[in-house]
Amino acid sequence: MTVDGLPVPGPLLEARSVDRSYGRTQALREASLSVTAGEILAIMGPSGSGKSTLLHCLAGIFTPDAGEIWFDGRRLDLLSDARRSELRRTTFGFVFQFGQLVPELTVADNVALPLLLGRARRKQAYQRAGGWLKRLELDEWSERRTGELSGGQAQRVAIARALVTRPKVIFADEPTGALDSLTGEKVMELLVSLARQEGATVIVVTHDARVAACADREVMVRDGKVTDPYASAAVR
Amino acid sequence: MTVPLALLGLLDREPSYGYDLKRGYDTYFGRGKPLPFGQVYSTLGRLARDGKVTAGQSEPGDGPDRKRYAITPLGKQEVEAWLAEPVAAEPFLQTVLFTKVVLALMLGHDAQSYLDTQRATHMRRMRELSEIKRSGALVDALLADHALFHLEADLRWIDVTTARLGALAEMVRPA
Repeated sequence: MTVDGLPVPGPLLEARSVDRSYGRTQALREASLSVTAGEILAIMGPSGSGKSTLLHCLAGIFTPDAGEIWFDGRRLDLLSDARRSELRRTTFGFVFQFGQLVPELTVADNVALPLLLGRARRKQAYQRAGGWLKRLELDEWSERRTGELSGGQAQRVAIARALVTRPKVIFADEPTGALDSLTGEKVMELLVSLARQEGATVIVVTHDARVAACADREVMVRDGKVTDPYASAAVR
Repeated sequence: MTVPLALLGLLDREPSYGYDLKRGYDTYFGRGKPLPFGQVYSTLGRLARDGKVTAGQSEPGDGPDRKRYAITPLGKQEVEAWLAEPVAAEPFLQTVLFTKVVLALMLGHDAQSYLDTQRATHMRRMRELSEIKRSGALVDALLADHALFHLEADLRWIDVTTARLGALAEMVRPA
């Protein structure tokens, strides 16, 4: 599509009428969502509304019962498990509420891990991990075990780990949920500013309006359906 | 913001000319709403009349003659009493929005869409304030934080009301 002769970017990631159930509980009902490249999108909603399920479907962790997930012009939901795993390792980055770092490994090991799993050379992987740790002012901590870190430091390591593969999309599920207000704010600002510098798209699930306010746009998930408050109301 | 008390407080720091008081006020308290010179001098005139400040002799300056103002013991007492008194914990009820929601339900309108629109408006303002926090000085950031926390409280109310719309509708709709 073009406007005034200039190309208009299509969505990078899209959910089209996605259904997903856990047993008899329907978590998503015809959920549709479109995210453009470089956008920072917040998905908000009450507990149990389906927002994390939507994130997991968009990231190819879950496959929908019905509907389609499109990424970069391809049907993500039709890819094999192995292809989706590869995509998550090479093209997506993840930040979770509790960091989900590997406690037995050092900070540097944790950050280098996605590269090593992607069969990068060890020296190169650790060099790149070191660069990210420096950027996040964590280089002094690189040889420490992650259990020695504060919550805010652990989330900064998680951000470094998410960005080390230069992902196109970062999925963050309540990344500040376990942090106090000020630390959470700093972590979110860091995530957003680094993602913008890297040109990465960020999809963040949060129930915290202050976190969502760092995003370009937010959508609400209620009873498994996505509501875009800007789609119908003249509030932009 | 109560202008007379803010000016008294600034004078409690040190005796000042009207111009300096205005500059101090605008820097810390006049975000987006600078104090007009006329209001500075009329306020100082009233404070002098009430014995809370004294005006010095006219002194020649770069421009017109100016007076240096100083706080009196009575003025100091007022500032101290004001600082010690807690600000009333206002309920901050969204009365207009509450009225809209109830009326919408009574009339069979879509109250949910009103709440969604309000939510989006609040979020838009929160994004603007977050940007001010990122790019502004500490004073701006703290003021933005104050507004952000209040907006966040409103949003919580909107979310709770959204979750209870069904029950509220049953209560307010005519039998």
